[in-house]
Amino acid sequence: MSEQMIPLSRVLGPSAPELTCEECFAELDRYVELRLAGESADVRVPGMHAHLEGCPACAEDFRSLRDLVAAEAGEKRP
Amino acid sequence: MTLPSPTPAGPAAGPADAASREWLRRLGDGGRRREEAVAELHSLLLGAARFEIRRRRSELAHLRGGDLEDLAQQSADDALLAVLGKLEDFRGESRFTTWAYKFALLEASVKVRRRAWQGREIPLEDEAWAAFSDPRSAAARGAEQGELLAALREEIEGGLSARQREVLVAVALNGVPIDVLAERLGSSRGALYKTLHDARRKLRAALAGRGFGTEIGEEER
Repeated sequence: MSEQMIPLSRVLGPSAPELTCEECFAELDRYVELRLAGESADVRVPGMHAHLEGCPACAEDFRSLRDLVAAEAGEKRP
Repeated sequence: MTLPSPTPAGPAAGPADAASREWLRRLGDGGRRREEAVAELHSLLLGAARFEIRRRRSELAHLRGGDLEDLAQQSADDALLAVLGKLEDFRGESRFTTWAYKFALLEASVKVRRRAWQGREIPLEDEAWAAFSDPRSAAARGAEQGELLAALREEIEGGLSARQREVLVAVALNGVPIDVLAERLGSSRGALYKTLHDARRKLRAALAGRGFGTEIGEEER
């Protein structure tokens, strides 16, 4: 750990208002579909982007759901 | 496994897409139609759990294939119970399968993180301070960054409650997964993140009070 510099952003988190983990989980499916559809997900789900910057666990869950749904959509595409 | 009883599900207007409406109809039915839907749902959740565990396989290098499959099955079983127990929460703002998948992915990711840290000690506070006190780090960042790091360290040591410091140091400095810390402390991801959030807000305010900008750390994103 001493050999690496810890990013300040990881310590201080996002400066913008953010959702809680519970709110993030409640909105995650809608947010992922909006993102994949190219809709304005960050406008329609305010606070999600900041939370995903601040919470590594929720960010991993977001990436997993996004990639799973995208992969499934790819399989169904003719 | 005892499954929750069928309940009328979904908002009054119902989901927009026909496939999601059909899921809700079948899961709200009784008898064989529901049993078939539940089995089909379990299969989808199992696929999602396997997807997550494949992504995280490197964290579980010590586990064998059979153990990984057990983990996927447990995740799918737990996710099925969660989905069936929360059908009324489904607002129809996404496809039903997208909504259901998130439960399987959460179950699998939490189980993997906890299994990966099984038997490992949470890093001690002292180990984390090195990154802030290391003069090479300060030198590499310049004099102003050095002052900022020194101030930050002082505020972490003196301005936070013991609980806030414990959570901040473990999660933000030492990279301990928040679900692992939650299990060790008998808490939850949400409660610990609230503690982390409050600690971060306190640090930002303290640093601003010392004359450092409020957008600290933003340039790294």
